[in-house]
Amino acid sequence: MNTETTSLRLGIYWAIVLVPLAWGVYHTLLNALKLFG
Amino acid sequence: MGLFAFLDRDHIVAPAGFSRWLVPPAALCIHLCIGEVYAFSVFNLPLTRLIGLKASAPGDWSLVDVGWIFSVAILFLGLASAFTGSWLDRVGPRKAMTAAALCFGGGFLIGALGIEVHNLPLLFLGYGVLGGCGLGIGYISPVRTLITWFPDRPGMATGMAIMGFGGGAMIASPLSVALMHHYATPTSLGVAPTFVTLGIVYAVFMLIGAAIVRVPPPGWRPAGYMPAASTSRLISDHHYEVSTAVRTPQFYLLWAILFLNVTAGIGVLSQASPMIQEMFHGNVTPVAAAGFVGLLSLFNMAGRFFWASVSDYIGRKATYFVFFLLGLVLYASVPSIARAGSIALFVLCYGIILSMYGGGFSTIPAYLKDLFGTSYVGAIHGRLLTAWSAAGVLGPVLVDYIRQYQIAQGVDKADAYSVTMYIMAGLLLIGALCNLAVGPVGTHIRHISAPAE
Repeated sequence: MNTETTSLRLGIYWAIVLVPLAWGVYHTLLNALKLFG
Repeated sequence: MGLFAFLDRDHIVAPAGFSRWLVPPAALCIHLCIGEVYAFSVFNLPLTRLIGLKASAPGDWSLVDVGWIFSVAILFLGLASAFTGSWLDRVGPRKAMTAAALCFGGGFLIGALGIEVHNLPLLFLGYGVLGGCGLGIGYISPVRTLITWFPDRPGMATGMAIMGFGGGAMIASPLSVALMHHYATPTSLGVAPTFVTLGIVYAVFMLIGAAIVRVPPPGWRPAGYMPAASTSRLISDHHYEVSTAVRTPQFYLLWAILFLNVTAGIGVLSQASPMIQEMFHGNVTPVAAAGFVGLLSLFNMAGRFFWASVSDYIGRKATYFVFFLLGLVLYASVPSIARAGSIALFVLCYGIILSMYGGGFSTIPAYLKDLFGTSYVGAIHGRLLTAWSAAGVLGPVLVDYIRQYQIAQGVDKADAYSVTMYIMAGLLLIGALCNLAVGPVGTHIRHISAPAE
């Protein structure tokens, strides 16, 4: 597998999981901020 | 055989030059989905108002009945992981992940049918039993796969996967609420279509994980990695079969360690919202308490990655000593901190406690790998997860019982939690003693499969 293909795959695979995770963390942080008023 | 041959282990062996960093996303695809179970409580109230809509009506399910769905799912997580662990090790991660996707997604669909026809046993059977089996099958296989890809950093590897389980709840909670709002009509709360949507989305996402997962070729090692001569007596140079491992005292000590760590943490998690409101009576609103719960889940998720990674440097035994001894000090300090009225310090204490609760889950597979080797760690991990099931059922009951007993004895509501905290500190002390007793697996039981590569 060449380097470019691997880099593209790495970007796509990690985006598939990190985007939903970041969305969830964002909502949790918004919720957590309510603790401080 | 032929039709489903693409699911077999032989078909997913990575080619030369394959980057191992392509594999953690496959593991996360599974764990981000099955972590949904921690957010199941968002359905509790809507499920008690399916007939009355705005409030429970005669014929609606009670909160107690609905509350058991989570416990049944966790119970079947443990049972499925215990009974299918050896099969998972044998067939490889793609088949296991596919089975998990079908069980977990199918569990939602059967659960949706149960909600639609208002049949509670069907909901238990769907989400609790079938979904719980999906949880158990899906939990172990990615963890075991990552351990084989990262022999140089097994703690970090298991931390990555199991961090996803903590993160799954953070996605599921707002997603479920948004879907229920979307599907709600004047005559329905939209719970059943939400279940259908989640079932399909999760199944597809998990199948993506199954499609992209790869296993290393036999004898593969990371570039430049040479297994150093073990610096710890605890790290085994042999692979023990599950039938051998479960006959060692080390297995039961680790079972007790996981059970006690989970019991202490889950007791807090299950009571977090009312606890902070009652311990700081009048100073913390229900909305702020919900923020506290959200903050704890962030610490829980981050701790899974942080502590498991730390264990690669300081060792698993030392990491668990930190969990138990630091946890003991923090639990014992909480009542005094609450009496002093310091909310920030209180939140920080519980944040650290919950990070260690998460860390307990993610460090245990690496501890097992150290003691029993890599080859059968999936099956052994599966058996050990029955400790989680036991703690998941007993932990909240224990905390609730102690609190109710104290209140019945005339203790003030705020002070009733103090006794609970001291008991949790006691549990952690027992955990520390169990950890102290863990030694290397004895050579006398070595009717083993193979020496480590």
